[in-house]
Amino acid sequence: MNKPGSAFVRDSLLPARAPPPNSVGIVGWMRQNLFSTPLNSVMTVVILVFIVWAVTPFFRFTLVNAVWTGEDRQACATATGACWAYVKAYLPQFIYGRYPIGERWRVDVVFWTLVVGLIPMLIPRAPYKRLNALFLLTVFPVIAYILLTGGHHQFSGRWIPNSWMSPSPLRFAVEYALVSAAVFGVSTLFSWMSGRPITGSWRTLGFILGAFAIVLALVSLDFGLVPVETANWGGLLVTLVVAITGMVASLPLGILLALGRRSNMPVVKLASTIFIEVWRGVPLITVLFMASVMLPLFLPDGVTFDKLLRALIGVALFNAAYMAETIRGGLQAIPRGQYEGAQALGLGYWQMMRMIVLPQSLRISVPGIVGSFISLFKDTTLVIIIGLYDFLGQIQASANDAKWASPVTGLTGYIFAAMVFWAFCFSMSRYAAYTERRLDRGRR
Amino acid sequence: MNRNFASILVGAALALASVTAAGAGTLEDVKAKGFLQCGANGGNLIGFGATDEKGEWSGIDVDFCRAMASAIFNDPTKVKFTPLNAKERFTALQSGEVDVLSRNTTWTMSRDSSLGLQFVGVTYYDGQGFMVRKSLGVSSALELSGAKVCTQTGTTTELNLADYFRSNNMPYEVVAFEKNEEVLQAYEAGRCDAYTTDASGLYAERLKLVAPDDHMILPEIISKEPLGPAVRQGDDKWFTLAKWTLFALLNAEELGLTKANIDEKKTSDNPEIKRFLGIEGDFGTPVGLSGDWAYNIIKNVGNYGEIFDANIGPSTKLGIARGLNNLWSKGGIQYAPPIR
Repeated sequence: MNKPGSAFVRDSLLPARAPPPNSVGIVGWMRQNLFSTPLNSVMTVVILVFIVWAVTPFFRFTLVNAVWTGEDRQACATATGACWAYVKAYLPQFIYGRYPIGERWRVDVVFWTLVVGLIPMLIPRAPYKRLNALFLLTVFPVIAYILLTGGHHQFSGRWIPNSWMSPSPLRFAVEYALVSAAVFGVSTLFSWMSGRPITGSWRTLGFILGAFAIVLALVSLDFGLVPVETANWGGLLVTLVVAITGMVASLPLGILLALGRRSNMPVVKLASTIFIEVWRGVPLITVLFMASVMLPLFLPDGVTFDKLLRALIGVALFNAAYMAETIRGGLQAIPRGQYEGAQALGLGYWQMMRMIVLPQSLRISVPGIVGSFISLFKDTTLVIIIGLYDFLGQIQASANDAKWASPVTGLTGYIFAAMVFWAFCFSMSRYAAYTERRLDRGRR
Repeated sequence: MNRNFASILVGAALALASVTAAGAGTLEDVKAKGFLQCGANGGNLIGFGATDEKGEWSGIDVDFCRAMASAIFNDPTKVKFTPLNAKERFTALQSGEVDVLSRNTTWTMSRDSSLGLQFVGVTYYDGQGFMVRKSLGVSSALELSGAKVCTQTGTTTELNLADYFRSNNMPYEVVAFEKNEEVLQAYEAGRCDAYTTDASGLYAERLKLVAPDDHMILPEIISKEPLGPAVRQGDDKWFTLAKWTLFALLNAEELGLTKANIDEKKTSDNPEIKRFLGIEGDFGTPVGLSGDWAYNIIKNVGNYGEIFDANIGPSTKLGIARGLNNLWSKGGIQYAPPIR
């Protein structure tokens, strides 16, 4: 339609023209991001050349010249590329170590139970989070322990002299009851001295000791599983057992230590600080070495402490100290007003921490916590020093096999180890980034 | 809260410290357990102690444990192997984690006298040797005058090398590296004429070369590295048992008893064989075993020569010649006291 009066005024919008061809598409993107200035152009070319120079041999080694099939070293002896045939032949051992072949289904069951339990935990919208967490933290470890070791643990007690009572599960039960009674006694004394109600602490204690007794009874039952001693565990199994136990144990311990270090109670504060600083001041390799070589010499004759257990305790305590410092950082970032506000509402110490402070500080600490987890995962390779053959250790050991020994076998093993470790660590870091974004939504 | 934790930890320690009743002697403990716990090489030393891709153990050190299990239980499978590394092996033996340590361990005076263990004997006489290219045309280490020799830094290997060349008035040049892999790479790349380390190691490393058959190990052994199993000090009965297991392996070879022919030899008139098989005299009871203990060892595992040939001998990939490890009657130094 024509409005009168303004012949020189446009009454319809000009249709948008296509942008100049050199500013759109791939060409445009490259002009803008890679070749915007002469300096950038030069840098782009240099880096491109470097990437091609560095990456081509890698691809040539791992893919182009690689040997994919073969029965023994003959296939790889003259190869100039990776010997994947060896990885294929050895894959079961990389995963299970020397775990008896007929019993490996038990490892599989444990692994898939963990996966099935863990995936709904990782998906934010999946229901029954609380039940699921309870399953993963209480039922699952017991199942895993029984399946992996074979259960049927013989308890016979060790304090009551043989002349009073011969070694038997009954003697152990009596000893357990005595220890429990002693713990109850001490707690009653404390409560009485501090004038707090006794029944509350009794209930907590009874619950813990009772649950522990049930666990002990379960692992002593005979399920007809062949026992597999931990010396024969190996490969990815050991890596995951050490890493996951370390993560699960170090987080709550770390939280407690962080709270302890920020506590107003001098003894608790001092004890936590000393613990953290001592463990942080010692390299993990020293801790493991102490646990494996020195500890057995201090123990009385005939008492042997499982090697894997020693490593697990060492790794967990070591990482708890680092975790504590990460979390303390998060605690310190919470403004004073939050604490005061919580106190003004009449919340007690634990309520304040649980409902107000920790949720906020843990959210801040997520990147640090995941960083700790990733470094823990990689640190598990150090258990080789105490003769536990983890994923990397198993690969190193297998490269010596006369059946497969060749100039490229060792190299292939290391590349494979690097790829697997990268896959685990990268997915952890990606999931953490996703969680960070999700938790941060309210603050943007 | 901390108190609760303490109680949990006390309970855990109490529960998990595995309870092994300190019995009268190792043999009684082993019999009660129903198996022998043997410390083996976890790092896969081919021919000595190694697991294949199925997790099956093999090697002469491993077979020694199987021989002990055969002597005790008449069943070579009643042995459990604990993979050990070089650092923790002695602790594992001292603390009772293993009953016998059979992990290519060199018998030296300091180890024998101050580590609380006793060496049973020598299962393999090892020593430092040289590997050269066949194309070099050398057949003895004494012809290596002026050679460039690859070796690892900071080990006794380097010192032995210096001593040997100096005492033979030969000039030489050391090309030393920090790591074993680097040494092998340098040798492969032709940066040196010879590669020196323990002979058993040379045979194993040779397999990692592109063409193992182009290289040879020279006959000269320039140091003493006797490898053998060890047991805890203080249990003489157990020590005797382990010692005579080794002697039985050697005596069987000397008497010509093999896995295959031992049943036929039961009818032999040779008094030595009769004593060996337990047909004449009772030599088992004093060491706590049955009369046919030696028969069981050979029937289940074979004699020393058979073990050697099956694991590291000329027909295997390693292809180690008997050399020093031949019987004394055949030019070697393996010798066992008689069963009498």
